[in-house]
Amino acid sequence: MKEKKLMKGNEAFALAAIRSGCRFYFGYPITPQNEIPEYMSRELPKIGGSFIQAESELAAINMAYGAAASGGRVFISSSSPGIALMQESISILASVQLPVVILNVMRGGPGIGSIQPAQGDYNQVTRGGGNGDYHVIVYAPNSIQEAMDMIAKAYDVADEYRNPVMIAADGMLGQMMEPVDLPEDKGGIKAGDITKVKPWALTGHKDMRDRIAMNSVWLKQDQLEDYINSYWPKYEKAEQELAEYETRSLQAAEVVFVSFGSTSRITLEAMRLLEREGIKAGLIRPKTLWPFPFHAFDEISAKTKQIISVELSKGQMMQDVKLAVSGRWPVGLISRVGGMLLDPLEIVLKTKEILEVR
Amino acid sequence: MRTVFEYTKGMRDTEMTYCPGCTHGIAHRLIMEVLGEKNVLGSTIGVSPVGCSIVAHRFMNVDMLESPHGRAPAVASGIKRVHPDNFVFTYQGDGDLASIGTAEIVHAAHRGEKFCTFFVNNAIYGMTGGQMAPTTLIGQKSTTCVDGRTKEQAGMPVKMSELIATIDGAVFVERVALNSPGNVRKAKKAIEKAFDVQEKKLGFAFVELLSSCPTNWGLPPVDALGWIKENLIPYYPVKQFRCPQEVSL
Ligand SMILES: Cc1ncc(C[n+]2csc(CCOP(=O)(O)OP(=O)(O)O)c2C)c(N)n1
Repeated sequence: MKEKKLMKGNEAFALAAIRSGCRFYFGYPITPQNEIPEYMSRELPKIGGSFIQAESELAAINMAYGAAASGGRVFISSSSPGIALMQESISILASVQLPVVILNVMRGGPGIGSIQPAQGDYNQVTRGGGNGDYHVIVYAPNSIQEAMDMIAKAYDVADEYRNPVMIAADGMLGQMMEPVDLPEDKGGIKAGDITKVKPWALTGHKDMRDRIAMNSVWLKQDQLEDYINSYWPKYEKAEQELAEYETRSLQAAEVVFVSFGSTSRITLEAMRLLEREGIKAGLIRPKTLWPFPFHAFDEISAKTKQIISVELSKGQMMQDVKLAVSGRWPVGLISRVGGMLLDPLEIVLKTKEILEVR
Repeated sequence: MRTVFEYTKGMRDTEMTYCPGCTHGIAHRLIMEVLGEKNVLGSTIGVSPVGCSIVAHRFMNVDMLESPHGRAPAVASGIKRVHPDNFVFTYQGDGDLASIGTAEIVHAAHRGEKFCTFFVNNAIYGMTGGQMAPTTLIGQKSTTCVDGRTKEQAGMPVKMSELIATIDGAVFVERVALNSPGNVRKAKKAIEKAFDVQEKKLGFAFVELLSSCPTNWGLPPVDALGWIKENLIPYYPVKQFRCPQEVSL
């Protein structure tokens, strides 16, 4: 039987990481995700894991780099400005091809911004943020349960793809409480098993093999180009295989919303209100932001007149929506920024405005 | 027949790419010799920096991870959590450790991290072509202080060993120089002690190695060694700042 519990988002995320086998957490306080380092500092030592309150996000992500290269299962969390600080090393993690799961509990920006929920990191999380040719695989949950399931999945995907995987949650998911089914406890990797499970990891060569050197520097540019080309197919595979999305009521929809994360739940409520007024609305909810679920847009019916990106940013996701739509429908935007939330009525009103102008 | 000299097992049989007269090679070799003599090359994980020694992993015959600029102590802290019984060290230049990475080194020392840091102080940014480092001496010329560093413009050169020695968690702190055979031997002793401290899990161990950069100092290799003696050592005294009793013999 499944264990059920009422949990606060941030604590549930931390628990999900531990149950996925995470034994190493490095973090620096930043609102709205502070319950995560607090939880980890309490729970990890009990099960033989390690917690370090790092001196900065720079240090935290580099501790993660060291631990992941050593074969540890690592969890990192922060919020928008902290993630910005980590970008150099996220690029390095991708270059060295190391699995790390990173949770971004997004808040308002730019700059130090606000501590309220926002989605203004869309570009930061989907367009790298660090330098060079790489991608981070990004999941976008819209409930605490889904976030927990995605964290569990992220560990498998990170291991399979040997790549950093990010969970883009937001301050609303981090701070609210919901009943959740606790995921199964997969247990940690035993120290002695690292060489078996992760033969590429740094463990010391024990005079049994050549030394392993992991580096992201290439002093010969042709070798770097060859290297990038050698790992690039995994991103093409990810684009084929990892994109996930949910659709609602696309068949008869006059207007189709595209919305992710907690905003998608507000959009669903707006759809019910619109329905009452006789306006049929559908939804595409990207569950992965990279790869973006471009295929989902092929399910939109010929009857649809308008696509609207509903997001807590100034049309950052709309750029991907427009790419997906490729001129087949007009694309509008309904958004709030800076930590302000949309409410369903506002979505209804703005939708009607957009439909009238057409 | 008695073997009097052997190729160090800890060094890979490959071409050294450092400039003639650069002491990075000596520093590499000493560290690898000590690990070889302790018979722990197979259980060592090193962290190389950003700087000329970014390629240290080509030469050192141990598992290695290359760090982003300045973050090696954080990287090593992560490694040590997963492999607490392995030997772990960072190898860092003065731009790397004393400028961009000061937060990481200070906090690793504060936590009493049980790894060793080897700090190669050549008083200049070598890899990027000879800019002023935090350790560049007053009056010393570099490409970003062509008339010589002044206190007014850049402050006094940072004394990292003295700074680290104020931190409780840094139980072993010594500054050595690589300018003469005698000093090289002393340097090796200090490196040995640093690894002893780690083996006994006593705390953080820090060895500063005063080093040469003939290319960017604009000196022939032999004169560069003389410059260490005449200019670097007077400002950066060669001495042991801290050493726990357990390894002091
Ligand atoms: C984030 C970042 N900033 C700057 C650089 C450029 N850079 C490469 S090496 C270096 C300085 C290295 O000097 P030092 O640590 O003294 O080592 P040395 O080369 O003298 O051995 C700098 C600034 C970089 N690679 N990454």
